[in-house]
Amino acid sequence: MELSALETLVRVAWVAGAVAFVIGLIRMNSPATARNGNLLSAGGMAVAIGATAVFLAFETREEGLNVTGWVIILAGLALGGGLGLYTARTVKMTAMPQLVSLFNAVGGGAAALIAIDDYLRLSATPSLQVNVATVLDIVIGSITFTGSLIASGKLMGLKITPSRPVMIPGGQLVTAALALIVVAGAIYLWIPNLSVPIMLVILAAALVFGVTMTLPIGGADMPVVISLLNSFTGTAVAMAGFVLDNPVLIIAGALVGASGAILTKLMADAMNRSVINIMVGGFGAAEGTQGAVAGAGHSVRELGMDDAAIQLAYASSVIVVPGYGLAVAQAQHAMRELAELLEARGVDVKYAIHPVAGRMPGHMNVLLAEANVPYPQLKEMEEINPEFDRCDVALVVGANDVTNPAARKPGSPVSGMPILDVDHAKAIIVIKRSMGRGYAGIDNELYGNPKTGMLFADAKAGLAELITAVKAL
Amino acid sequence: MNAELLTALTIFVLAILCGFAVISKVPATLHTPLMSGANSIHGIVVVGAMFIAVEADEPVAYVLSFIAVAFGTMNVVGGYVVTDRMLQMFRRKPAAPAAEKAEA
Repeated sequence: MELSALETLVRVAWVAGAVAFVIGLIRMNSPATARNGNLLSAGGMAVAIGATAVFLAFETREEGLNVTGWVIILAGLALGGGLGLYTARTVKMTAMPQLVSLFNAVGGGAAALIAIDDYLRLSATPSLQVNVATVLDIVIGSITFTGSLIASGKLMGLKITPSRPVMIPGGQLVTAALALIVVAGAIYLWIPNLSVPIMLVILAAALVFGVTMTLPIGGADMPVVISLLNSFTGTAVAMAGFVLDNPVLIIAGALVGASGAILTKLMADAMNRSVINIMVGGFGAAEGTQGAVAGAGHSVRELGMDDAAIQLAYASSVIVVPGYGLAVAQAQHAMRELAELLEARGVDVKYAIHPVAGRMPGHMNVLLAEANVPYPQLKEMEEINPEFDRCDVALVVGANDVTNPAARKPGSPVSGMPILDVDHAKAIIVIKRSMGRGYAGIDNELYGNPKTGMLFADAKAGLAELITAVKAL
Repeated sequence: MNAELLTALTIFVLAILCGFAVISKVPATLHTPLMSGANSIHGIVVVGAMFIAVEADEPVAYVLSFIAVAFGTMNVVGGYVVTDRMLQMFRRKPAAPAAEKAEA
């Protein structure tokens, strides 16, 4: 097959883009080169899209230039680009995970739309090779579209998509039935048959499947789910590449599909969870019982605000352990205010950042950086753990499983998970809404420790009260 | 099976292997930005959307391709910008601590 000069050029540009994606991803593995890697990847994207635009504008077509098509492209680029730029620049860093999920949703949606458009265009019975990719693209793209929207909604805490696991009566049956419809429909089309109604049935079933799959999963597991859906979208885009016979879509899609899968595994490992457990939702269901369960057997000491304030203000060193609860309550600014107040009184304040603290791995660093917490005060787990032995007060704000000493012993769901050695501190103050359990669904032995005092409050409200109490001293 | 499909399959399989290889031991702090960065890359789907837009010749195709182009572009632009914002915050500020001390 002889290519025109123009087509050769655009294909070379696509290869250049693909190379930039691969090198960009490699560079994003390390903090020192990550930003540069992302910019390289963005540059590759600009080259690939720019070359495509030039190619589409100058290729010789029998029908001449499709003016309406170009109006659509330019309007779509302007609208999508504007929306993307605006939301990405204005989003608060606490709301960033749900935005990533939203971008993932639209990517999956675009891939599904390409396949739908392609299917509607087919006039004869399609060949098997077109058909397999088209149907897979519709199915995977639709699932990630609605699934990511639900995940995003859960992180935003919308009423229709509460962050707690939602148990639909017979939900698993419904999900299984939908999966069956999708598979049966796909096989019917693959035989092959051309049937737009069946395609639409598959589309609808896949869209609903995305919802019923994501709804039962607890908010705490959303990072892993979003990462998994991200990998799905990559696969859907690769399928769109097969549909359109476009190599750059295949390369970029497969690259994201595979790297996303590895990343999902890494994230789940860091949280000591298995991806299958999360998707089945059994573990997450334990969250529903939150608040109802008190520490089994051991007594818990409740601390007054003033006592806590005195302990903190007259300590010589305090280590703050921020967690999921702090991120949810968006209490990072109050946290910094309290820390500054203590520092003004001569207290040495440091932050112990567990690798999976926050709503997503690495999220806590972003949140605290946004609240202008000085970077040198943020200590990683390996660095801070020996310091707990010398610290007067460990202030745990909304962190649970990552402080549970049970992880050091075998036989518990958190066993083997790296934890912060909070129990080595001379005194421990825990700000927490209730005696509820963390994701692992087990009691935290730390709360029964005689050195521990509990402050039952929402992270933001509790910190605000502590600030007032410290000021009053 | 024709030669073109086989070429496409070859590319697909090699790109998958490449995807497995590019993620090494990533520090957990970078998990979120890395996911977001990968998320931007599948925004390449906008290229496909542009191809269907120039082929569009009736209202349904116009609507589908318009939404596809807008969605894909949003994925690309938003994805890269938000990833850059995240990474900007991770940047180690070697000069910053000294400067802050000077101010204080």
